[in-house]
Amino acid sequence: MPRAVSTSVHLPPFQRLVDDHAAELHRFLIASVGPGDAEDCLQETFLSALRAYPRLRHAGNLRAWLYTIAQRKATDAVRRHRRNRASDLDAVAEVRLASQPHQPFDDGLWTSVRGLPSKQRAALVHRFVFDLAYRDVGERMGISEEAARQNVSAGLRRLRKEVDR
Amino acid sequence: MTDLEQQLRGAPGAELNRKALTTALAKRAREAGLLDVAYAELDSPIGELIVFVTPRGLLRVKYADEPVEGVLAEVASRVSPRILRAPARTDAVRQQLDGYFALRRQRFDLPIDWSLVRGFAGGVLRQTARIPFGHVRSYGQVAAGAGSPRAARAAGNALGSNPIPIVVPCHRVLHADGGLGGYSGGLDRKRYLLALEGSLPA
Repeated sequence: MPRAVSTSVHLPPFQRLVDDHAAELHRFLIASVGPGDAEDCLQETFLSALRAYPRLRHAGNLRAWLYTIAQRKATDAVRRHRRNRASDLDAVAEVRLASQPHQPFDDGLWTSVRGLPSKQRAALVHRFVFDLAYRDVGERMGISEEAARQNVSAGLRRLRKEVDR
Repeated sequence: MTDLEQQLRGAPGAELNRKALTTALAKRAREAGLLDVAYAELDSPIGELIVFVTPRGLLRVKYADEPVEGVLAEVASRVSPRILRAPARTDAVRQQLDGYFALRRQRFDLPIDWSLVRGFAGGVLRQTARIPFGHVRSYGQVAAGAGSPRAARAAGNALGSNPIPIVVPCHRVLHADGGLGGYSGGLDRKRYLLALEGSLPA
């Protein structure tokens, strides 16, 4: 009989993470970076996760782990976009118009959401787009309930300022 | 609730194209050297099969009688958890199995990854892999080929845990008196495969 490789952690086959969490991570990323970049961010998220996967020390909260990676990828994408916009505003606008007609996410509010600091953006998306309680927002972000509450209210304050402007 | 919160709650969703995601992920993972195990479900005349392929070769063929979760978890813990559904990576296996069942092919020409096999079982299964299409051997004969002529029963156990049925043709091993012996996929399948090859004992 073949012997089992002994590992202390029993990680599920990676495909199961994809099957279980791709749809919700996609939704998170659409709200975080807009539909134009969401799919690429989603692939980047899973690739980064796959790279680190065998080194994980525990299989406790894989979902929160995936969300923190997605949050990081979203921040990278937002930064990339900001740089592109600064260097070639017209070209970017044209591409977006061509590939994503009638995009509700391109209006002012979602552009402002993208401009928020990473944690505030993620906290707002978890709290309102997913309609989560603060405790669950914290759990998905790997922060305390109190920190989740603070990030949401700081994000809202900042958004209000921008929207009222 | 403020207007702003209301607007945030109203974020439109979007359909995720799962098939495109799976394809893109498998391709990028492979290019990055992160695809340790690729798998896919295949149809065959004796039921659905799940096949697993590593960069070294064909690792596992499983009759899909039970939910796929069990065999996925087994491969994850014994080989690597970096497993993705990647039908493109299993194309060669699918084509050769199709050819075999259609009697266009008598020999599989596939690299084998023996990672799931150890010790005596490895010797027995390698012996078994050399039995040609349309031929049969007894348990005692493959045991002898593996260096232990008296270990027919152990050979039976090794064949029963063959991780790569059909391609490593454990169905070609029978009792010395012509009795069918056992088969991990059930005797109906063993009978089907032997009949396909024209070697089902009368």
